[in-house]
Amino acid sequence: MSIDLEQFKEIFFEESFEGLDAMETCLLQMEGGNDDLEIVNTVFRAAHSIKGGSATFSFTAVASFTHVMEGLLDDMREGNRAADQEVVNILLQSVDLLRELLTTIREGGDVDESEVSDLKEALQVLRGGEGAQAVPEKEVEAASEKRDIEEWEISFSPDEDLLQTGNDPALLFRELAMLGELSLTYDASRLPDFEAMDAELAYLQWKMTLKGCSDKAAIEEIFEWVEDECDLEITAVQPDRRAEDRREGDRRLTSRRTGSRREKDPQKSKAAAASSSIRVGTDRIDTLIDLVGELVITQSMLSQLGEDFSMDKLENLKTGLGQLSRNSRQLQESVMSVRMQPISFAFNRFPRMVHDLSQKLGKIVRLETTGEDTEMDKTVMEKINDPLVHLVRNSMDHGLETPEERRAAGKPEEGVVHLSASHQGGNIVVEITDDGRGLNRDKILSKAIERGLVQEEDDIPDQQIYNLVFLAGFSTADSLSDVSGRGVGMDVVRRNIESLGGSVVVRSTPGKGSIFTITLPLTLAILDGQLINIKGQTMVLPLGSIIESLIVDKTQLNAMAGESEVYSLRDEYIPIIRLSEVFDLSDQQDDLRTALLVVVESGQDKVCFVVDDLLAQQQVVIKSMESNFCKVGGVSGATILGDGNVSLIIDVNDTIRLAKELGMEHLQAQQEQGNAKYKQARKMLEVTG
Amino acid sequence: MAKVLIVDDMASMRKMVAFTLESVGHEVTSAEDGDVALEIGKKDSFDLVITDVNMPNMDGITLTKSLRELAAFKFTPILLLTTEAGKDKKMEGKAAGATGWLVKPFDPDKLLSTIKRVLG
Repeated sequence: MSIDLEQFKEIFFEESFEGLDAMETCLLQMEGGNDDLEIVNTVFRAAHSIKGGSATFSFTAVASFTHVMEGLLDDMREGNRAADQEVVNILLQSVDLLRELLTTIREGGDVDESEVSDLKEALQVLRGGEGAQAVPEKEVEAASEKRDIEEWEISFSPDEDLLQTGNDPALLFRELAMLGELSLTYDASRLPDFEAMDAELAYLQWKMTLKGCSDKAAIEEIFEWVEDECDLEITAVQPDRRAEDRREGDRRLTSRRTGSRREKDPQKSKAAAASSSIRVGTDRIDTLIDLVGELVITQSMLSQLGEDFSMDKLENLKTGLGQLSRNSRQLQESVMSVRMQPISFAFNRFPRMVHDLSQKLGKIVRLETTGEDTEMDKTVMEKINDPLVHLVRNSMDHGLETPEERRAAGKPEEGVVHLSASHQGGNIVVEITDDGRGLNRDKILSKAIERGLVQEEDDIPDQQIYNLVFLAGFSTADSLSDVSGRGVGMDVVRRNIESLGGSVVVRSTPGKGSIFTITLPLTLAILDGQLINIKGQTMVLPLGSIIESLIVDKTQLNAMAGESEVYSLRDEYIPIIRLSEVFDLSDQQDDLRTALLVVVESGQDKVCFVVDDLLAQQQVVIKSMESNFCKVGGVSGATILGDGNVSLIIDVNDTIRLAKELGMEHLQAQQEQGNAKYKQARKMLEVTG
Repeated sequence: MAKVLIVDDMASMRKMVAFTLESVGHEVTSAEDGDVALEIGKKDSFDLVITDVNMPNMDGITLTKSLRELAAFKFTPILLLTTEAGKDKKMEGKAAGATGWLVKPFDPDKLLSTIKRVLG
């Protein structure tokens, strides 16, 4: 019968990648001087498991590579080799290579053999060239022992305690009989008197003749498990003189073939289409099942109610509907929690990166992490990875000084990069802190003026100057390095984070370091929204960003610094933004005296939005603008309301930016472009909605 | 049909062996390391144990030794699932009381034909 193991490949891949991550962590610990045997063992086990699994799925390149790697690790385990820098480095390289190989195979690609053999050779050289024997050798040897002999004489005298290891001679004979025609005689000479006999011991001996079998290896294999517990002789009835020559020839041929074999996956397309999966704790699944159970109860209650409904049952109907909405909300929350993963998944790649990069840069860097348990949506996590990598690279390259510079500045030689994550309200805040030289205010400012991003006479607070680095085409590094600084970086970082509905700001103190703060929404799919009406358009404001809503007290209205209006609220002057103006919804100026103000907060900004009316609060499912239309300024997405109409979701942060730009004359042109795009979007929505 | 205990820290291997055995009607219990397997062994008896050698917490060799000390496992076939081509490890396993070994790469047909040697 044939058993298809294809379905287990994906589990193997996931397990292997986890194993590689664990290996990497352990190797980095080893490098830190930790020579605990359990750490070496963990690395060994991971390599060993990957070897076993990849051999099963015939990933020959991976199996033979891990075999060599395992040899080196075994030396370390036996204490014959210390975990010095050279060893750790080559093992880290091996981890990378394996990750690459497994990814290639998973996606159905062809493996680059040359790269594998280079590193394999390096490992062998490191081991002193000894014991570098390929895996399949053993099987090859066994399989090639075929002869022209047809008849064998076998004498088998088991040790007395053969049964204690679970072996049973009768079963061995049955297996032998399947190879050919078996005749056997027993010898009971060792059998003691009945009183002296121990039922748990083996006393009998056998002589057998097996006819019609040409394969000595097959016979030997049957006795393989017991050969140390018995006297065994297998003699051929017709000896073959050419046996040795044959055997050599066979082996050479076969090993050459294995050497050049390429891994081919017959079901390439299937492998490539492997969907991403997620590990979920069973408790979360159990909660889901409970909730679905409750939902079913509510549903049956409602349908019963509906079968003969009369007005006097209205109260029951309301209760039922209330229950239904509670059930669906709980269900939704649980389903969302299924997608949540601890951010340690994203943080875990950094120790390795910091290690490699600090060597490359000649800097001494310690990485600290806090809040690894903070959970975030898997999709958000996947997308935040690149910006995080970029920011950490940036901190190490530009932020941290060389050991010499640090000593001169009176700092410890070792620089610190700190990654932290935490929940703050409905957001996740990730911070990348370094204790380096801080951002260079003057350099940024002069660059910004040179690029025409700000005017020389503008009076800009220092912290705002630092945030100019996120504008397009900004790089202050004097020379470009291959680590960071091609001038596209920070801009892309900001755009990536904003596309997730998040924001990024930097705070910096000269000589003390910088803090990059990324704020992200908990989830991408659903948003608690406040529906608002602006000139007949229904739009959605994220509820989390609203601080309060109020009716205008006209005595608190002030016009400050020329054009801009502010509202005075409890000793605070809050700028007023007319949404109808930002989104170009009307040519008429709002009459502020009759309008409603919604105070919103985004990052460090606090502003008042002018709206015509506040409508319902409800959860909205976010549909991406980018994937359905194009990115529109001030808008983070769209949603479909209960009445079937399409409504745009306001991106508070971006709207504030737009409003600021609107206030800056030299950016007028850009703004108009944004408006045109918005109009286009609205037109499209009018058509589809 | 036989009751089989399979012990391996790799879920993929555990599942493949279990799948293969179940597909011919055996009843399979899985454990992810020696510690867990030993606890199971103290409460239940089996017709066959298949265990990986390299595992965290308790390895396969120690597990074999510990199981052999239990009355219910005195004669139970215990097979080591190993990638070791060399004799040393196998003999270490045998000294600990293992019945025999199954050499990886894991091959379902090979597994089924091999366990006949101990299950009949």
